Amino acid sequence: MMKAFWSRAGWAGLALLGAVALARVAMARGESLNALWLMTAAVCVYLIGYRFYSAWIAANVLAIDATRATPAERLNNGRDYVPTHRWVVFGHHFAAIAGPGPLVGPTLAAQFGYLPGTLWILIGAVLGGAVQDMVSLFLSTRRNGRSLGQMARDEIGAIGGTAALIGTFLIMIILIAVLGLVVVNAMKHSPWGTSTVAATIPIAMLVGVYMRYLRPGRVLEASLLGVVLLLASVVFGGWVDHHPVLAAWFDHDGLPLAFSVIAYGFAAAVLPVWLLLAPRDYLSTYMKLGTVLMLAIAILWLRPEIHMPAITPFIDGSGPIFGGKLFPFVFITIACGAISGFHALIASGTTPKLISSEGDIRMIGYGAMLLESFVAIMAMIAATVLEPGVYFAINSPAGVVGKEALDAVNTISSWGYEVSVAQMQHLASAMGESTLFARTGGAPSLAVGMASILGTVFGEHLLALWYHFAIMFEAIFILTTLDAGTRVGRFMLQDMLGNLHPKLGETSYTPSVILTSALVVAGWGYFLYIGVIDPNGGVNILWPLFGIANQMLAAIALSVATGILIKSGKVNKAWITGLPLFWLLAITTTAAYEKIFSDDIRVGFFAAANDLSHKLSIGSLPPEKAAVAPQLIFNQQLDAWLTLFFVLMLWVVVLDMLRMSRRKLAGLAVLPDSEAAYVASRLI
Amino acid sequence: MRKLISVWQRVRQLSGDDAYERYLAHYAEHHAQANAAPPLSRAAFFKQWQDQQWTGVKRCC
Repeated sequence: MMKAFWSRAGWAGLALLGAVALARVAMARGESLNALWLMTAAVCVYLIGYRFYSAWIAANVLAIDATRATPAERLNNGRDYVPTHRWVVFGHHFAAIAGPGPLVGPTLAAQFGYLPGTLWILIGAVLGGAVQDMVSLFLSTRRNGRSLGQMARDEIGAIGGTAALIGTFLIMIILIAVLGLVVVNAMKHSPWGTSTVAATIPIAMLVGVYMRYLRPGRVLEASLLGVVLLLASVVFGGWVDHHPVLAAWFDHDGLPLAFSVIAYGFAAAVLPVWLLLAPRDYLSTYMKLGTVLMLAIAILWLRPEIHMPAITPFIDGSGPIFGGKLFPFVFITIACGAISGFHALIASGTTPKLISSEGDIRMIGYGAMLLESFVAIMAMIAATVLEPGVYFAINSPAGVVGKEALDAVNTISSWGYEVSVAQMQHLASAMGESTLFARTGGAPSLAVGMASILGTVFGEHLLALWYHFAIMFEAIFILTTLDAGTRVGRFMLQDMLGNLHPKLGETSYTPSVILTSALVVAGWGYFLYIGVIDPNGGVNILWPLFGIANQMLAAIALSVATGILIKSGKVNKAWITGLPLFWLLAITTTAAYEKIFSDDIRVGFFAAANDLSHKLSIGSLPPEKAAVAPQLIFNQQLDAWLTLFFVLMLWVVVLDMLRMSRRKLAGLAVLPDSEAAYVASRLI
Repeated sequence: MRKLISVWQRVRQLSGDDAYERYLAHYAEHHAQANAAPPLSRAAFFKQWQDQQWTGVKRCC
């Protein structure tokens, strides 16, 4: 009795603290806000969402039953189906879902101010993303770990299943292109960054050989060796940077770097997994967990002030980093930090085969997404502790603010965000870079933010080291996503081509491996190439395209979930996935409509293409832009058609789900529920 | 101290460092009949385990 009272009092106190912190975050105008308030508001929102909303869903909607044997227990084969301790599954699941998305999205969305992005990261995760992950995980666990595409096919119909498959493949292409662009922009004319990133490749190979042949299976030993070498590579990069001959070797324009990334992507997809992909993945996982933890400690220790205003005038759509109004583009830009469709692919398929009890689903599905959302909040803090002038100088493309440093600072200062050439030069030299102007893509500005936070706590004179550590940290797991994504894309393509010509579907048939890898790499390589030659930086085109694709996949996952809930007689509770689905439909459809039909040349793809071809025909373009204009025009038109295709795919799945639900509610025949029969667990 | 050991075990399990030991335990439990094939060597097991770890979607954004 007494204990229940204290528990209630504790939760009430936490709710109150959360409300106060949120009010501080939302109401701060003019005076500066401490980042600790943001952290406090976030943690309170997560705890309350986890304790109450996810528990309610688990008990009353999904009816999670810990006495029911999971696929891992029933089908235990010691390989892919293995009952595993909840914290180990949590670790695997989190490592799989947490990629560079929640770091890049909030950094870009900070152009609207810290408030809109922060609110969506919190609300979107608690009510949308975490629910999607948990429900997908639950549904797949009940269906022997079937993938999202299979569930769509089995439960809704063949049309929905095919749409989900094609959608996933296209997302992969766009995702890899935009991530490749982020890495290229971080390495451009940075001998330190480039040599450090390049060094990660032989380090990963060495670790791979060590694990496979020198000391087979000694994963931790090999990883420790790799981490030490990675840290050494950051120091080594600094030495290269000061070396007159070596520095020139690693000092490149965007285009040669893009071609190196493309060549690397092809090699990584064709080389055996153990040599490059698997060891790189280990290293990136340790780096990711270690850095996130370090950043959280540093923010708590330092309690930095946020310098970005709560809301900037760019909510009207005139922002320099990407065009488009607050609604719907803040949601499209944040993407993974709040709701990520990709998570549904991990939550169905891989993770369910490890879960030893249904009771763990809530912690793994809902909990891991909250942690991912917390990473997004930290990225938002790292972007907004920078002076706004500095933030815009780093992230605005030269095509918008001007190529010369003086033009750029004048334009940015005219918006009311003071910044000077001297200040930027001082910052660049402190970070060990030649310039920080127009370093679009989010990675350099995040690295400056992280370096200033970590540098203050762990050694001010090491700023340049921290900066390049942050670049290496981002690059290593962007490259992991690039390798893994290319490989997954290849498998999907082989699977599709196998229907036409069975020989091409064999994953060990070398000509098919080379052909399909080359096709996938050519697909993302094209978008990467265009992104690099685009004077507006490419990120402003590719990131919204990625966001739309990712939110489309989330909407497909939520459709499948809503359809299954309705089918299993839970119509009155289907709103838990139905409402987020409705919201995603609204934002992706609006965003797609604007990207296709808007007259604003910074938003509409066709408008931009028409404007460019008009300028080209009257000869008003500067010669270097006229040279690439035909390719840019074609690309804008292609992007418009691609966006249209995405939104059509989405509506096909949603309408198919609604058709199935209507039949069910009218008492007509629908596909049978594919849930596995109840077997009592013997593990408890 | 017990706590530390259990954390270390989780870390080993999470990284796959103890995958071979767990395989041997699974083998002893399920396949250890007299006429069954002997268990794989550490190197052979690790090869198989690693290749199998990398099928399907493993990483996302």
